Amino acid sequence: MPSLKRSIRWAGAALIAGTGFVSSACTIQPWVKPYERDRLADPIMAWDRDAISSAYVDHIRESREGSRGASGSAGGGCGCN
Amino acid sequence: MMRVSAKRVVGRGAVIFTALLLVRATCADVLPDDRADIFYSKYSGGGMDITGESVLVRKKFTENFAVEANYFIDKVSGASIDVLSQASQIKDERKQKSGTVEYVHDKTTYTASFINSVERDYRSDTGSFSLKQDMFGDLTTLSLAFSNTNDTVGENNGTAFVPMVAWLGHAESRSYDVDLSQILTKNFIAGVNFNVITDQGYLANPYRSVRFLDPLNPAKGYSLATQMYPDTRTSTAIQLEGKYYLPYRAAVTGSYRYFRDTWAIVGTTYELDYTHPISNIWILEGRFRYYKQNHANFYSDLFAYANEYRFEGRDQDLAAQDNYTIGAKATYAFLPNGWKIFKRATVTFDVSRITFHYLDFRDIKYYGVANGYQPGDEPLYQFNATVYQIYMSMFF
Repeated sequence: MPSLKRSIRWAGAALIAGTGFVSSACTIQPWVKPYERDRLADPIMAWDRDAISSAYVDHIRESREGSRGASGSAGGGCGCN
Repeated sequence: MMRVSAKRVVGRGAVIFTALLLVRATCADVLPDDRADIFYSKYSGGGMDITGESVLVRKKFTENFAVEANYFIDKVSGASIDVLSQASQIKDERKQKSGTVEYVHDKTTYTASFINSVERDYRSDTGSFSLKQDMFGDLTTLSLAFSNTNDTVGENNGTAFVPMVAWLGHAESRSYDVDLSQILTKNFIAGVNFNVITDQGYLANPYRSVRFLDPLNPAKGYSLATQMYPDTRTSTAIQLEGKYYLPYRAAVTGSYRYFRDTWAIVGTTYELDYTHPISNIWILEGRFRYYKQNHANFYSDLFAYANEYRFEGRDQDLAAQDNYTIGAKATYAFLPNGWKIFKRATVTFDVSRITFHYLDFRDIKYYGVANGYQPGDEPLYQFNATVYQIYMSMFF
Protein backbone atom coordinates (compact mmCIF):
# COMPACT_ATOMS: atom_id res chain seq x y z
CA MET A 1 0.00 0.00 0.00
CA PRO A 2 2.66 2.53 -0.90
CA SER A 3 0.06 5.04 -2.05
CA LEU A 4 -1.76 4.90 1.31
CA LYS A 5 1.53 5.33 3.17
CA ARG A 6 2.45 8.26 0.97
CA SER A 7 -0.98 9.80 1.54
CA ILE A 8 -0.70 9.47 5.31
CA ARG A 9 2.83 10.90 5.20
CA TRP A 10 1.61 13.84 3.15
CA ALA A 11 -1.37 14.33 5.45
CA GLY A 12 0.95 14.35 8.47
CA ALA A 13 3.33 16.79 6.84
CA ALA A 14 0.44 19.00 5.78
CA LEU A 15 -1.01 18.94 9.29
CA ILE A 16 2.34 19.89 10.83
CA ALA A 17 2.85 22.60 8.22
CA GLY A 18 -0.73 23.83 8.63
CA THR A 19 -0.64 23.98 12.41
CA GLY A 20 2.80 25.56 12.23
CA PHE A 21 1.51 28.16 9.79
CA VAL A 22 -1.56 28.92 11.86
CA SER A 23 0.29 28.85 15.18
CA SER A 24 2.76 31.36 13.83
CA ALA A 25 -0.19 33.78 13.80
CA CYS A 26 0.62 34.54 17.39
CA THR A 27 4.22 33.38 17.69
CA ILE A 28 5.57 35.67 14.93
CA GLN A 29 6.47 39.03 16.39
CA PRO A 30 4.61 41.70 14.41
CA TRP A 31 7.05 44.19 12.89
CA VAL A 32 4.39 46.89 13.17
CA LYS A 33 3.44 46.94 16.86
CA PRO A 34 -0.18 47.43 17.89
CA TYR A 35 0.62 50.88 19.34
CA GLU A 36 2.09 51.91 15.94
CA ARG A 37 -1.17 51.29 14.06
CA ASP A 38 -3.01 54.51 14.85
CA ARG A 39 -2.60 55.74 11.26
CA LEU A 40 -3.78 52.42 9.83
CA ALA A 41 -6.84 52.59 12.11
CA ASP A 42 -7.81 56.02 10.73
CA PRO A 43 -11.11 55.74 8.77
CA ILE A 44 -9.39 57.21 5.69
CA MET A 45 -7.29 53.99 5.53
CA ALA A 46 -10.30 51.66 5.32
CA TRP A 47 -10.45 49.65 2.09
CA ASP A 48 -14.19 50.18 1.79
CA ARG A 49 -15.89 52.83 3.92
CA ASP A 50 -19.36 52.47 2.37
CA ALA A 51 -20.36 48.97 1.28
CA ILE A 52 -23.74 50.11 -0.08
CA SER A 53 -22.10 52.59 -2.46
CA SER A 54 -19.37 50.16 -3.55
CA ALA A 55 -21.91 47.46 -4.41
CA TYR A 56 -23.91 49.96 -6.47
CA VAL A 57 -20.88 51.20 -8.42
CA ASP A 58 -19.69 47.62 -9.06
CA HIS A 59 -23.13 46.75 -10.42
CA ILE A 60 -22.99 49.69 -12.85
CA ARG A 61 -19.54 48.67 -14.07
CA GLU A 62 -20.33 44.98 -14.46
CA SER A 63 -23.41 45.87 -16.51
CA ARG A 64 -21.28 47.76 -19.04
CA GLU A 65 -17.89 46.06 -19.03
CA GLY A 66 -16.84 42.52 -19.89
CA SER A 67 -14.70 42.22 -16.75
CA ARG A 68 -15.97 41.19 -13.36
CA GLY A 69 -14.76 40.01 -9.98
CA ALA A 70 -11.87 40.77 -7.61
CA SER A 71 -13.31 44.15 -6.67
CA GLY A 72 -16.08 43.48 -4.18
CA SER A 73 -19.64 42.28 -4.48
CA ALA A 74 -21.88 43.52 -7.26
CA GLY A 75 -25.33 42.28 -6.32
CA GLY A 76 -27.76 40.49 -8.59
CA GLY A 77 -29.76 41.32 -11.69
CA CYS A 78 -28.78 41.49 -15.31
CA GLY A 79 -28.52 45.18 -16.27
CA CYS A 80 -29.95 44.03 -19.63
CA ASN A 81 -31.38 47.34 -20.74
CA MET B 1 3.76 1.64 12.10
CA MET B 2 2.35 4.26 9.84
CA ARG B 3 -0.82 4.39 11.87
CA VAL B 4 1.15 5.10 15.06
CA SER B 5 3.16 7.75 13.27
CA ALA B 6 0.02 9.38 11.88
CA LYS B 7 -1.58 9.30 15.33
CA ARG B 8 1.46 10.99 16.82
CA VAL B 9 1.32 13.67 14.18
CA VAL B 10 -2.39 14.24 14.77
CA GLY B 11 -1.85 14.30 18.54
CA ARG B 12 0.96 16.81 18.28
CA GLY B 13 -1.08 18.92 15.89
CA ALA B 14 -4.02 18.90 18.29
CA VAL B 15 -1.80 20.05 21.19
CA ILE B 16 -0.32 22.85 19.11
CA PHE B 17 -3.74 23.86 17.85
CA THR B 18 -5.22 23.89 21.38
CA ALA B 19 -2.30 25.96 22.63
CA LEU B 20 -2.80 28.30 19.72
CA LEU B 21 -6.49 28.77 20.56
CA LEU B 22 -5.63 29.61 24.16
CA VAL B 23 -3.07 32.21 23.08
CA ARG B 24 -5.32 33.64 20.38
CA ALA B 25 -8.19 34.11 22.82
CA THR B 26 -6.32 37.11 24.23
CA CYS B 27 -6.64 39.11 21.01
CA ALA B 28 -10.11 38.49 19.55
CA ASP B 29 -11.50 40.25 16.49
CA VAL B 30 -14.41 42.71 16.80
CA LEU B 31 -17.42 43.41 14.63
CA PRO B 32 -17.96 46.88 13.10
CA ASP B 33 -20.34 49.41 14.68
CA ASP B 34 -24.10 49.19 14.28
CA ARG B 35 -25.29 51.46 11.47
CA ALA B 36 -28.29 52.45 9.39
CA ASP B 37 -27.89 53.89 5.87
CA ILE B 38 -30.34 55.62 3.57
CA PHE B 39 -29.09 55.80 -0.02
CA TYR B 40 -30.20 57.52 -3.23
CA SER B 41 -28.45 57.36 -6.60
CA LYS B 42 -29.00 58.49 -10.15
CA TYR B 43 -27.28 57.31 -13.31
CA SER B 44 -27.78 59.25 -16.57
CA GLY B 45 -26.07 58.39 -19.82
CA GLY B 46 -26.28 56.50 -23.10
CA GLY B 47 -30.05 57.06 -23.32
CA MET B 48 -30.74 55.61 -19.88
CA ASP B 49 -31.83 57.06 -16.57
CA ILE B 50 -31.58 54.78 -13.55
CA THR B 51 -32.48 55.84 -10.04
CA GLY B 52 -31.59 53.70 -7.05
CA GLU B 53 -32.98 53.85 -3.54
CA SER B 54 -31.74 51.73 -0.71
CA VAL B 55 -31.93 51.16 3.03
CA LEU B 56 -29.37 49.20 5.02
CA VAL B 57 -29.49 48.30 8.71
CA ARG B 58 -26.75 46.52 10.58
CA LYS B 59 -27.15 45.43 14.20
CA LYS B 60 -24.96 43.55 16.66
CA PHE B 61 -26.94 41.29 18.97
CA THR B 62 -23.91 40.22 20.98
CA GLU B 63 -20.24 41.12 20.71
CA ASN B 64 -19.86 38.07 18.45
CA PHE B 65 -22.99 38.08 16.34
CA ALA B 66 -24.39 40.67 13.89
CA VAL B 67 -27.17 40.79 11.32
CA GLU B 68 -27.43 43.05 8.28
CA ALA B 69 -30.40 43.65 6.01
CA ASN B 70 -30.49 45.65 2.79
CA TYR B 71 -33.29 46.62 0.42
CA PHE B 72 -32.53 48.18 -2.96
CA ILE B 73 -34.79 49.39 -5.77
CA ASP B 74 -33.50 50.34 -9.24
CA LYS B 75 -35.89 52.14 -11.59
CA VAL B 76 -34.85 52.17 -15.24
CA SER B 77 -36.26 54.39 -17.94
CA GLY B 78 -34.97 54.68 -21.50
CA ALA B 79 -32.66 52.05 -22.99
CA SER B 80 -29.08 51.65 -24.13
CA ILE B 81 -28.14 52.29 -27.77
CA ASP B 82 -28.18 48.67 -28.95
CA VAL B 83 -31.60 48.08 -27.41
CA LEU B 84 -32.90 51.36 -28.88
CA SER B 85 -31.69 50.27 -32.31
CA GLN B 86 -34.34 47.58 -32.44
CA ALA B 87 -37.02 48.41 -29.89
CA SER B 88 -38.84 51.16 -28.10
CA GLN B 89 -37.92 52.68 -24.75
CA ILE B 90 -38.24 50.63 -21.62
CA LYS B 91 -39.43 51.22 -18.08
CA ASP B 92 -38.40 48.61 -15.59
CA GLU B 93 -37.76 48.11 -11.91
CA ARG B 94 -35.41 45.83 -10.00
CA LYS B 95 -35.96 45.01 -6.34
CA GLN B 96 -33.12 43.46 -4.41
CA LYS B 97 -33.28 42.12 -0.88
CA SER B 98 -30.31 40.78 1.02
CA GLY B 99 -29.64 39.44 4.47
CA THR B 100 -26.30 38.75 6.10
CA VAL B 101 -25.30 37.12 9.36
CA GLU B 102 -21.83 37.51 10.78
CA TYR B 103 -20.24 35.58 13.61
CA VAL B 104 -16.86 36.25 15.15
CA HIS B 105 -14.97 33.61 17.05
CA ASP B 106 -11.59 34.74 18.23
CA LYS B 107 -9.67 35.87 15.12
CA THR B 108 -12.08 34.31 12.66
CA THR B 109 -15.16 35.96 11.15
CA TYR B 110 -17.77 33.76 9.47
CA THR B 111 -20.26 35.43 7.14
CA ALA B 112 -23.27 33.94 5.38
CA SER B 113 -25.55 35.95 3.12
CA PHE B 114 -28.44 35.62 0.74
CA ILE B 115 -29.43 38.02 -2.07
CA ASN B 116 -32.69 37.92 -3.99
CA SER B 117 -33.12 40.19 -7.02
CA VAL B 118 -36.37 40.40 -8.96
CA GLU B 119 -37.19 42.18 -12.21
CA ARG B 120 -40.21 41.57 -14.37
CA ASP B 121 -38.05 39.55 -16.76
CA TYR B 122 -35.12 38.44 -14.59
CA ARG B 123 -34.81 36.65 -11.26
CA SER B 124 -31.63 35.99 -9.39
CA ASP B 125 -30.80 34.26 -6.10
CA THR B 126 -27.33 34.25 -4.59
CA GLY B 127 -26.13 32.42 -1.50
CA SER B 128 -22.63 33.05 -0.21
CA PHE B 129 -20.33 32.08 2.60
CA SER B 130 -17.04 33.63 3.60
CA LEU B 131 -14.41 33.16 6.23
CA LYS B 132 -11.95 35.84 7.33
CA GLN B 133 -8.91 35.09 9.47
CA ASP B 134 -6.51 37.57 11.09
CA MET B 135 -3.03 36.19 11.61
CA PHE B 136 0.64 37.02 12.20
CA GLY B 137 -0.04 39.46 15.00
CA ASP B 138 -2.97 40.92 13.04
CA LEU B 139 -0.66 42.08 10.25
CA THR B 140 -2.29 39.71 7.77
CA THR B 141 -5.95 39.11 6.98
CA LEU B 142 -6.91 36.19 4.76
CA SER B 143 -10.47 35.88 3.39
CA LEU B 144 -11.99 32.97 1.51
CA ALA B 145 -15.43 33.28 -0.06
CA PHE B 146 -17.76 31.16 -2.15
CA SER B 147 -21.06 32.14 -3.72
CA ASN B 148 -23.60 30.40 -5.87
CA THR B 149 -26.06 32.29 -8.08
CA ASN B 150 -29.11 30.96 -9.88
CA ASP B 151 -30.70 33.19 -12.51
CA THR B 152 -33.90 32.85 -14.49
CA VAL B 153 -33.78 34.89 -17.69
CA GLY B 154 -36.80 36.16 -19.57
CA GLU B 155 -37.79 38.64 -22.26
CA ASN B 156 -40.63 41.10 -22.03
CA ASN B 157 -42.34 41.20 -25.43
CA GLY B 158 -45.18 43.39 -24.18
CA THR B 159 -45.03 46.96 -22.92
CA ALA B 160 -44.08 48.57 -19.66
CA PHE B 161 -47.75 48.57 -18.63
CA VAL B 162 -48.87 45.27 -20.17
CA PRO B 163 -45.90 42.93 -19.86
CA MET B 164 -45.71 39.65 -21.78
CA VAL B 165 -42.69 37.83 -20.42
CA ALA B 166 -41.32 34.76 -22.16
CA TRP B 167 -38.94 32.82 -19.90
CA LEU B 168 -35.94 31.78 -21.96
CA GLY B 169 -33.70 29.78 -19.64
CA HIS B 170 -31.61 29.48 -16.50
CA ALA B 171 -28.04 30.26 -15.67
CA GLU B 172 -25.94 29.14 -12.74
CA SER B 173 -22.83 30.91 -11.58
CA ARG B 174 -20.23 29.98 -8.95
CA SER B 175 -17.73 32.45 -7.61
CA TYR B 176 -14.57 31.69 -5.60
CA ASP B 177 -12.57 34.45 -3.90
CA VAL B 178 -9.28 34.53 -2.04
CA ASP B 179 -8.33 37.93 -0.63
CA LEU B 180 -5.19 38.77 1.31
CA SER B 181 -4.59 42.06 3.09
CA GLN B 182 -1.15 42.75 4.53
CA ILE B 183 0.15 45.55 6.76
CA LEU B 184 3.64 46.27 5.46
CA THR B 185 4.65 49.35 7.45
CA LYS B 186 2.90 51.63 9.92
CA ASN B 187 1.87 53.76 6.91
CA PHE B 188 1.29 51.20 4.19
CA ILE B 189 -1.18 48.37 3.67
CA ALA B 190 -1.36 46.17 0.56
CA GLY B 191 -3.93 43.72 -0.75
CA VAL B 192 -4.29 40.95 -3.32
CA ASN B 193 -7.75 39.80 -4.46
CA PHE B 194 -8.14 36.71 -6.61
CA ASN B 195 -11.47 35.62 -8.09
CA VAL B 196 -12.68 32.82 -10.34
CA ILE B 197 -16.26 32.70 -11.67
CA THR B 198 -17.79 29.86 -13.68
CA ASP B 199 -21.14 30.26 -15.49
CA GLN B 200 -23.33 27.76 -17.20
CA GLY B 201 -26.70 28.10 -18.93
CA TYR B 202 -28.45 30.92 -20.80
CA LEU B 203 -25.81 33.67 -20.77
CA ALA B 204 -26.99 35.91 -23.63
CA ASN B 205 -28.79 39.23 -23.31
CA PRO B 206 -32.18 38.68 -25.01
CA TYR B 207 -32.67 42.40 -25.73
CA ARG B 208 -29.64 42.73 -27.96
CA SER B 209 -29.17 41.43 -31.51
CA VAL B 210 -26.43 40.71 -33.99
CA ARG B 211 -26.54 42.40 -37.38
CA PHE B 212 -25.39 40.99 -40.71
CA LEU B 213 -25.08 42.34 -44.24
CA ASP B 214 -28.34 41.75 -46.06
CA PRO B 215 -28.79 42.70 -49.74
CA LEU B 216 -32.50 41.90 -49.37
CA ASN B 217 -32.85 44.89 -47.04
CA PRO B 218 -31.50 47.80 -49.15
CA ALA B 219 -33.09 50.46 -46.93
CA LYS B 220 -30.59 49.65 -44.17
CA GLY B 221 -28.12 47.31 -45.86
CA TYR B 222 -28.27 44.96 -42.89
CA SER B 223 -30.73 42.88 -40.87
CA LEU B 224 -30.83 41.84 -37.22
CA ALA B 225 -30.86 38.34 -35.74
CA THR B 226 -30.84 36.68 -32.33
CA GLN B 227 -27.52 36.52 -30.49
CA MET B 228 -26.04 33.06 -29.93
CA TYR B 229 -23.71 32.90 -26.92
CA PRO B 230 -21.68 29.93 -25.68
CA ASP B 231 -23.45 28.38 -22.69
CA THR B 232 -20.35 28.27 -20.48
CA ARG B 233 -17.91 30.90 -19.32
CA THR B 234 -15.04 30.90 -16.83
CA SER B 235 -13.27 34.07 -15.80
CA THR B 236 -10.26 34.85 -13.65
CA ALA B 237 -9.44 38.22 -12.13
CA ILE B 238 -6.62 39.37 -9.90
CA GLN B 239 -6.38 42.78 -8.29
CA LEU B 240 -3.35 44.27 -6.56
CA GLU B 241 -3.91 47.31 -4.39
CA GLY B 242 -2.00 49.47 -1.96
CA LYS B 243 -2.98 52.23 0.45
CA TYR B 244 -0.46 54.68 1.85
CA TYR B 245 -0.85 57.17 4.69
CA LEU B 246 0.91 60.36 3.62
CA PRO B 247 3.21 62.37 5.93
CA TYR B 248 0.24 64.66 6.66
CA ARG B 249 -3.23 63.25 7.41
CA ALA B 250 -4.31 61.99 3.98
CA ALA B 251 -4.25 58.70 2.11
CA VAL B 252 -3.53 57.66 -1.45
CA THR B 253 -4.77 54.36 -2.90
CA GLY B 254 -3.64 52.69 -6.11
CA SER B 255 -4.93 49.50 -7.68
CA TYR B 256 -4.43 47.38 -10.77
CA ARG B 257 -6.73 44.59 -11.95
CA TYR B 258 -6.10 42.02 -14.66
CA PHE B 259 -9.03 40.02 -16.04
CA ARG B 260 -9.35 37.27 -18.63
CA ASP B 261 -12.00 34.73 -19.51
CA THR B 262 -12.74 31.82 -21.82
CA TRP B 263 -14.47 34.19 -24.27
CA ALA B 264 -11.01 35.73 -24.87
CA ILE B 265 -11.88 39.02 -23.17
CA VAL B 266 -8.81 40.52 -21.52
CA GLY B 267 -9.44 43.61 -19.40
CA THR B 268 -7.15 45.83 -17.34
CA THR B 269 -8.18 48.43 -14.78
CA TYR B 270 -6.08 51.14 -13.14
CA GLU B 271 -7.42 53.24 -10.30
CA LEU B 272 -5.98 56.05 -8.21
CA ASP B 273 -7.73 57.59 -5.23
CA TYR B 274 -6.80 60.45 -2.90
CA THR B 275 -8.54 60.94 0.46
CA HIS B 276 -8.12 64.13 2.45
CA PRO B 277 -9.89 64.84 5.76
CA ILE B 278 -10.44 68.35 7.07
CA SER B 279 -10.44 68.24 10.88
CA ASN B 280 -12.90 65.60 12.01
CA ILE B 281 -15.82 67.11 10.09
CA TRP B 282 -15.11 66.52 6.40
CA ILE B 283 -13.51 63.72 4.39
CA LEU B 284 -12.89 64.70 0.76
CA GLU B 285 -12.00 62.17 -1.90
CA GLY B 286 -10.98 62.41 -5.55
CA ARG B 287 -10.48 59.43 -7.86
CA PHE B 288 -9.52 58.47 -11.38
CA ARG B 289 -10.16 55.10 -13.01
CA TYR B 290 -9.18 53.81 -16.42
CA TYR B 291 -10.47 50.56 -17.93
CA LYS B 292 -9.67 48.85 -21.21
CA GLN B 293 -10.73 45.55 -22.80
CA ASN B 294 -10.54 43.73 -26.14
CA HIS B 295 -13.59 42.09 -27.69
CA ALA B 296 -14.94 38.59 -27.09
CA ASN B 297 -13.96 36.00 -29.70
CA PHE B 298 -17.55 35.63 -30.96
CA TYR B 299 -18.24 39.38 -31.08
CA SER B 300 -18.60 41.34 -34.30
CA ASP B 301 -20.28 44.64 -35.03
CA LEU B 302 -21.30 43.35 -38.47
CA PHE B 303 -21.33 39.74 -39.65
CA ALA B 304 -20.87 39.01 -43.38
CA TYR B 305 -24.08 37.00 -43.64
CA ALA B 306 -26.76 35.34 -41.49
CA ASN B 307 -25.48 32.54 -39.23
CA GLU B 308 -21.87 33.09 -40.31
CA TYR B 309 -20.60 31.47 -37.11
CA ARG B 310 -22.05 29.12 -34.54
CA PHE B 311 -21.69 31.74 -31.78
CA GLU B 312 -22.42 35.37 -32.57
CA GLY B 313 -22.78 38.38 -30.31
CA ARG B 314 -23.07 42.15 -30.67
CA ASP B 315 -23.59 43.11 -27.06
CA GLN B 316 -21.76 46.36 -26.36
CA ASP B 317 -20.32 44.86 -23.14
CA LEU B 318 -18.41 42.38 -25.32
CA ALA B 319 -16.97 45.00 -27.70
CA ALA B 320 -13.43 46.35 -27.52
CA GLN B 321 -13.67 49.48 -25.41
CA ASP B 322 -12.06 51.79 -22.95
CA ASN B 323 -13.55 54.15 -20.44
CA TYR B 324 -12.32 56.52 -17.80
CA THR B 325 -13.97 57.84 -14.68
CA ILE B 326 -13.32 61.03 -12.75
CA GLY B 327 -15.06 61.19 -9.41
CA ALA B 328 -15.31 63.26 -6.24
CA LYS B 329 -16.82 62.48 -2.88
CA ALA B 330 -17.41 64.55 0.26
CA THR B 331 -18.44 63.11 3.61
CA TYR B 332 -19.72 65.45 6.32
CA ALA B 333 -19.78 64.23 9.92
CA PHE B 334 -22.46 65.59 12.25
CA LEU B 335 -23.99 64.79 15.65
CA PRO B 336 -20.52 64.54 17.21
CA ASN B 337 -22.08 64.28 20.67
CA GLY B 338 -24.76 61.84 19.56
CA TRP B 339 -28.54 62.12 19.55
CA LYS B 340 -30.97 59.70 21.18
CA ILE B 341 -29.72 56.21 20.28
CA PHE B 342 -27.25 57.51 17.66
CA LYS B 343 -23.58 58.02 18.54
CA ARG B 344 -22.68 59.93 15.37
CA ALA B 345 -23.79 60.39 11.78
CA THR B 346 -22.42 61.24 8.33
CA VAL B 347 -23.88 62.39 5.05
CA THR B 348 -22.02 61.72 1.79
CA PHE B 349 -22.27 63.32 -1.67
CA ASP B 350 -20.60 61.48 -4.54
CA VAL B 351 -20.47 62.37 -8.23
CA SER B 352 -18.69 60.52 -11.07
CA ARG B 353 -18.35 61.25 -14.75
CA ILE B 354 -17.67 58.23 -16.98
CA THR B 355 -16.63 58.53 -20.64
CA PHE B 356 -17.11 55.36 -22.69
CA HIS B 357 -15.33 54.82 -26.05
CA TYR B 358 -16.09 51.78 -28.17
CA LEU B 359 -13.40 50.64 -30.58
CA ASP B 360 -15.50 48.27 -32.75
CA PHE B 361 -19.11 49.01 -31.83
CA ARG B 362 -20.85 51.42 -34.20
CA ASP B 363 -23.72 53.81 -33.70
CA ILE B 364 -26.48 52.39 -35.94
CA LYS B 365 -29.30 54.23 -34.22
CA TYR B 366 -28.46 57.71 -35.47
CA TYR B 367 -26.40 56.90 -38.57
CA GLY B 368 -27.28 54.72 -41.56
CA VAL B 369 -27.80 54.48 -45.30
CA ALA B 370 -30.33 57.34 -45.23
CA ASN B 371 -27.60 59.62 -43.85
CA GLY B 372 -24.96 58.38 -46.30
CA TYR B 373 -23.32 55.76 -44.06
CA GLN B 374 -23.00 52.22 -45.42
CA PRO B 375 -23.11 49.31 -42.92
CA GLY B 376 -19.75 49.16 -41.17
CA ASP B 377 -18.93 52.82 -41.93
CA GLU B 378 -21.04 54.38 -39.17
CA PRO B 379 -19.12 56.34 -36.52
CA LEU B 380 -17.89 54.40 -33.50
CA TYR B 381 -20.19 54.78 -30.52
CA GLN B 382 -19.25 56.79 -27.47
CA PHE B 383 -21.16 58.38 -24.65
CA ASN B 384 -20.80 60.06 -21.28
CA ALA B 385 -22.57 59.03 -18.11
CA THR B 386 -22.98 60.87 -14.81
CA VAL B 387 -23.54 59.04 -11.54
CA TYR B 388 -24.80 60.88 -8.46
CA GLN B 389 -25.01 59.33 -5.02
CA ILE B 390 -26.19 60.80 -1.75
CA TYR B 391 -26.47 58.79 1.44
CA MET B 392 -26.77 59.27 5.15
CA SER B 393 -25.20 56.89 7.64
CA MET B 394 -26.25 56.83 11.29
CA PHE B 395 -24.05 54.89 13.74
CA PHE B 396 -25.52 53.56 16.96
